[in-house]
Amino acid sequence: MTPPAVQPQQHPEVPDYLHADRGIWSWLNTRDHKRIALMFYVGVLFFLGLGGLFALALRTELLTPDRTIMDAMTYNRMFTLHGVTMVWLFLIPSIPTVFGNFILPMQLGAKDLAFPKLNLASFYVYVVGAIVMLGGMIAGGTDTGWTFYAPYSSQTPTRVVPVVIGVFILGISTIFTAINFIVTTHTLRAKGMTWGKLPLFVWAIYGVSIIMLLATPVLGLTLLLIGLDHGLRLGLFNPAVGGDPVLFQHLFWFYSHPAVYIMILPAMGVISEVVPTFSQRRPSSYWAIAISTIGIAFVGFFTWGHHMFVAGISELDAGIFGLLSMFVAIFSAIKVFTWVATLYKGSIHFNTPMLYFFVFLFLFTFGGMTGVAVATQSLDVHWTDTYFVVAHFHFIMVGGSLAAFLAAAHYWFPKMFGRLYSERVGLLSATGVFLGFNLTFVPQFLLGNMGMPRRYYSYPPRFQWLNDLSTGGAYLLAAAILVTVLNLLIALKWGKKAGPNPWRSRSFEWLTDSPPPKHNFEEPPHLGYSPYDYTISEEEARARAQAR
Amino acid sequence: MNDFLRTILFLPPQASTIAWQIDTLHYFVILTTMGGATFITIVGGIFLIKYRRPGKNAEPTRQDPAVKTPVWLEASVVTFLLTLFCVWWGVGFSQYMKIRIAPKNTYDIYVTAKQWMWKFSYPDGSHTITKLYVPARKPVKLIMTARDVIHSFYVPDFRLKQDVVPGRYTTLWFEVKEPGTHQILCAEYCGTGHSQMRGEVIALEPEDFARWLAGGQPNAHLAGPRPQDPSNVDAFAPDQTLSMVRVGEEAAATDGCLRCHTLDGSPHIGPTWAGLYGQKVTLKDGSTVIADDAYLTESMMDPLVKIVRGFEPVMPSYHGILRPGETAAILELIKSIRDVPIGQAPGPLHRQPYPPVGAPPAAEKGLPPPGIEVMPPVQGTIEVKP
Repeated sequence: MTPPAVQPQQHPEVPDYLHADRGIWSWLNTRDHKRIALMFYVGVLFFLGLGGLFALALRTELLTPDRTIMDAMTYNRMFTLHGVTMVWLFLIPSIPTVFGNFILPMQLGAKDLAFPKLNLASFYVYVVGAIVMLGGMIAGGTDTGWTFYAPYSSQTPTRVVPVVIGVFILGISTIFTAINFIVTTHTLRAKGMTWGKLPLFVWAIYGVSIIMLLATPVLGLTLLLIGLDHGLRLGLFNPAVGGDPVLFQHLFWFYSHPAVYIMILPAMGVISEVVPTFSQRRPSSYWAIAISTIGIAFVGFFTWGHHMFVAGISELDAGIFGLLSMFVAIFSAIKVFTWVATLYKGSIHFNTPMLYFFVFLFLFTFGGMTGVAVATQSLDVHWTDTYFVVAHFHFIMVGGSLAAFLAAAHYWFPKMFGRLYSERVGLLSATGVFLGFNLTFVPQFLLGNMGMPRRYYSYPPRFQWLNDLSTGGAYLLAAAILVTVLNLLIALKWGKKAGPNPWRSRSFEWLTDSPPPKHNFEEPPHLGYSPYDYTISEEEARARAQAR
Repeated sequence: MNDFLRTILFLPPQASTIAWQIDTLHYFVILTTMGGATFITIVGGIFLIKYRRPGKNAEPTRQDPAVKTPVWLEASVVTFLLTLFCVWWGVGFSQYMKIRIAPKNTYDIYVTAKQWMWKFSYPDGSHTITKLYVPARKPVKLIMTARDVIHSFYVPDFRLKQDVVPGRYTTLWFEVKEPGTHQILCAEYCGTGHSQMRGEVIALEPEDFARWLAGGQPNAHLAGPRPQDPSNVDAFAPDQTLSMVRVGEEAAATDGCLRCHTLDGSPHIGPTWAGLYGQKVTLKDGSTVIADDAYLTESMMDPLVKIVRGFEPVMPSYHGILRPGETAAILELIKSIRDVPIGQAPGPLHRQPYPPVGAPPAAEKGLPPPGIEVMPPVQGTIEVKP
């Protein structure tokens, strides 16, 4: 349990951002990065729920080798909707738009993002994109898989175009957000904050913004071309009219491999904040984490070919892409070692965010190392397009990104709402997430080894018992996430008051009240010291921040 | 050791010559992966417990300066990992080159993939659908292309997979160690019937294979039993006349019609055939058409022209797949069940919408079962193509 924190001056006379203005319109038309973050929060949680329901339907169908609850075409639409919803409506926006939006300006000591109106626009563009996509789903959905592989996507009778347009619009929202973060980091850092004192979460969001800015336009163009190919038979990717389907895969993975880092880098940023706070220690190497963030962002652009080892690319290409993929793994490994080394001789408080770090540590390390395994060419020939790959990327995306998202949801909950959740339920549900997750996806590794291809509606009966285990795990995982969300919702109203800094963190966002006032800081702070310096007391840190 | 690891990792049998090499690397990589992840987790867990500060003793600040990780430790860990990964890459890449570069003396078979079936063409001009016959202990090269969308030829027992791409040719070679049967799966999502696009590699002793191939030469294209279904030499000519309905059922089962259409009136991906013949059918645009021979034939050859209301335009064309005799036989089959009522008929087809590839269709009473059971590993019987 959290020790009763030192309660420095909470300023009751200044209303916090939740109470600064009243009425629906004050939310819908807000320029406050914190309120926009909360609106995104509601959005991404809704789509996490929707994507989760799709996943449960899929797992239920796979209980038996043949038809269980739906026919083949419904199943194919369902896995497409699951992928599209989870990737573009939850994972990619999740940590950046919610926690990045909320925390980044405060960690920089700024009043807001550089372009508050652009920030609001980014939210509404997200809503429009989501509505277009939902419209496409209701109008019948599409059955191409989230990868939209040509020429199937040029030929399918289902509604590819609205879904693709939805993703295109969501890309615009992503680009708005990325521009905002980059400009803010460059121009709105508090006095005294050099790049060497940037909080590690800001490094992560900065790195991910660069990827978003460079990769998203390529995705947008590629999907637009798919739409044209589907609608006008333009013949870009469809060989029946002179196109090249492998070209589509190159263009698609040029975005979608970096997109994996769009999902995982912010997660690493969250972990890099949680670990020092709860160990009350400086990260064992600040620069190792910061530089490896940028390293991943850079090298991530040169590894897309490892998705295509059996697609018909040349042996030379395959060799080069395989080798480059190994370097990404090195950067991730450096981060993992640095986090673990930070625990060494720390002063550890074992709260829910820390348990999520522990969950993340195992799942991300195991998932990451299986990533190196599938990048090994001869092994990939057996594994690609089987459940092994499905298990691998769920370890990274659910095990890594979702665990970090939940860690952030707990870690910054007092900051965002000024209250404490029940630690007991938090620890319990985190354990449930860990068990449910492993029960869902470890059998899928074995199914992949046995040779069960992905996207299989019906399967040979020898695969059944492992599929049933996996389905059971999925229900457990869903229940644990539901308990987590309920725990936080209850704390919203009935939680204990947290005080400004319940975790005794030295990070800059905790210098101000919780929940923070509308303009974050009473006076612009002076942040000329490290956000991870636990050799000084909390009071001393506050005094430094207020020094002129 | 090999068998033990293969079993606990759930890997299928090693049926091709390259399989055990790949598996050896597999064991090394997976054991290192599991070991590494477990090690990191345990170290992290020990730190979490050992350096845990109980709540009430918590100090607001700790005065001891941060412990620095020594540079030599960081450098050696990174160097070790990079070396390890490069070894994986080196071995993996050299195996990949072996997989990709076929030896000179291969026996070549042409493969055409289409929604949702595999067609194999042998150098002597004969074809099989779904079942690929190869000689054991000889390198075989598949030269593959697709007619519609991307498919992927995957044989888990061989540890081999290759995408089959429309508009270009890809190749895959392998050498099967022993005679036997191995499942083919389509591994690249290709539409509604993706998970049913399965087949079999049947490896024969080289001399059996030669005999099977030789038997395939004469009069293979006369109406009669399916050319790809091996039967015994003695049964080369069927000893009793098969009815057109019977031939139609066989053709419908082996060519995949019954994966989408049912014979008992239950609904599925495509309209049921029961009670269809002679009926008025409502199309997507609201017009109607009588289901006569002309309409049914057109729907087989150019299925997207007239879409029945309530169904998706997913059916592939059978032009060039069905032989003229088979088209007529399927029409006869549809005519023969014109009195079966349309509706939810309980039956085996309802529970299991897709009969497995090569399974005997609902047999006409009194006729011998068609000789298309899954072939056991060959034990001296000579398999001949009629």
